[in-house]
Amino acid sequence: MPIITKGNSLSWKRKTPSQQRTQFLVVLSIVVIFLISASYISKQTMWEFVSDAPIQIRDFISRMFPPDVKYFGRVAPALWDTITISVFGTGIAVVISFALAILAAKNTTPNSAVRMVVLTIIVASRSVNSMIWALLIVQIVGPGLLASIIAIAIRSLGMISKLMYEAIEEINTEPIEAITATGASRAQIFVYGYLPQLMPSFVGTSVYRWENNIRESTIIGIVGGGGIGMLLNSAINRLAWDQVMSILIVIFLTVVVAEWVSAKVRKSIS
Amino acid sequence: MQEVRTTWRKKRKIENPLIRYGILVLVLAYLYLAGTGVEVNADRVSRGLSRVGLLFSGFFQPDFQSRGKYIVEGILESVAMTLASSAFAMILAVPIALGASRNIVPKWVYLICRVFLMLIRSLHVVILGIIFVIMFGYGPLAGVLTLMVNGVGFIGKLLAEDIENIQEEQLEAIRATGASWLKTVVYAVWPQVSTRFIGLSIYRADISFRQSTVIGIVGAGGIGAVLDTAMGRYDYHTAGAILLVIIIMVLVTEYGSSAIRRRIV
Repeated sequence: MPIITKGNSLSWKRKTPSQQRTQFLVVLSIVVIFLISASYISKQTMWEFVSDAPIQIRDFISRMFPPDVKYFGRVAPALWDTITISVFGTGIAVVISFALAILAAKNTTPNSAVRMVVLTIIVASRSVNSMIWALLIVQIVGPGLLASIIAIAIRSLGMISKLMYEAIEEINTEPIEAITATGASRAQIFVYGYLPQLMPSFVGTSVYRWENNIRESTIIGIVGGGGIGMLLNSAINRLAWDQVMSILIVIFLTVVVAEWVSAKVRKSIS
Repeated sequence: MQEVRTTWRKKRKIENPLIRYGILVLVLAYLYLAGTGVEVNADRVSRGLSRVGLLFSGFFQPDFQSRGKYIVEGILESVAMTLASSAFAMILAVPIALGASRNIVPKWVYLICRVFLMLIRSLHVVILGIIFVIMFGYGPLAGVLTLMVNGVGFIGKLLAEDIENIQEEQLEAIRATGASWLKTVVYAVWPQVSTRFIGLSIYRADISFRQSTVIGIVGAGGIGAVLDTAMGRYDYHTAGAILLVIIIMVLVTEYGSSAIRRRIV
């Protein structure tokens, strides 16, 4: 903490002059980068459309209320489909991830070539959003629940297997040695040595991913077909804002409930 | 005579067999009911499978040339959206995070800010994107606003949690000097959370870039729009090139952001 002498009075400042200079330069460069980006975006924007935004917003909100209550009857089956997408998508991803994780963990992988291939799959899966996966899958299987399930599964693979193989790598070897010393078979070593150590983190990861997938399932129907997202998309295309509002309310409640369930389950296993 | 069990058995999570198998049956019943609802159009799938080869050939022979201009523009737009929205989100998140910290504001401010954070966090980024496209028209401005609102929710909530966990002693010490509320924040709260704030903001920029690749699908600008067009024209070679660019960019930003965060923390 520097104390600055000015004449014969002492004053305290938080930073030394050189610290202040570097801070100023950092802030300046951030501001410059920001201004360049902002001007780029401004050039790409039709400001005429923006200028009538207040009217659009007022119109939009006035047509959203009151929400169309009768529409909840249509939303309910779509909600069931959305839950199906999230459960099956997560389930498929968990099963495949289990195999991938064993192949990717340093201490269980058969060889480093396999490990590299699996790590590449994991990275590709994690870097691409589920909506983009859905764009690809729809081309193969056609729009519908199946496309959405596969897209969610592919997207979840990466994250689940990454967390799983990290858990496998961090495994404590002492219990395994102890069980091996009793003369247990390979299967018994796996069931009594590895599984008890891995299960809590595997279940936690899967439930956490499921919670994320419920959110993604609500919108994936926009491109993948099936579920609430498809209804949302068609309501928006028909400009039926009161129905859009009903759908948004249902999505909100679903996400809140899913978060609660996921928190409960994770608390009970830890 | 009481029978003595000599073999050891693993302790079960749920001891009551009725509940244990009951849950199992319910789960299986649900899976059956839900599973039969999934219609698999075998005809459509078999026709689609013939396209798998085309899709894969697109990935292995990505075409960066024919629509290269659009790819570069899309990526630049995504980057610009990420940077601009992160800057706005950082500025806006600070007051909201301060307001959402129980230890430095009165209860009514706290409640308003928390409810606000909860509302904007509950909306998925794509839904936000749709709403902003309707309000402000197609293009990157809607994207910036989308990422900004989503970012405020993210930084605001996590920063508020950090502020609530600061050491009370320093807060008390500064308050004891008779400092105003603003001075308390600047000299007691901010020094304790500023590194976390910068770390969070960098992490958030990383997330924003990933999200900027999808919101283009609903018209909010960025590389997503270019990808959507390429897929719509069945131009798999260009789509493959875009996906590769996205994967590489995501890896670079992820690596960069974690490297910076490790250095400053």
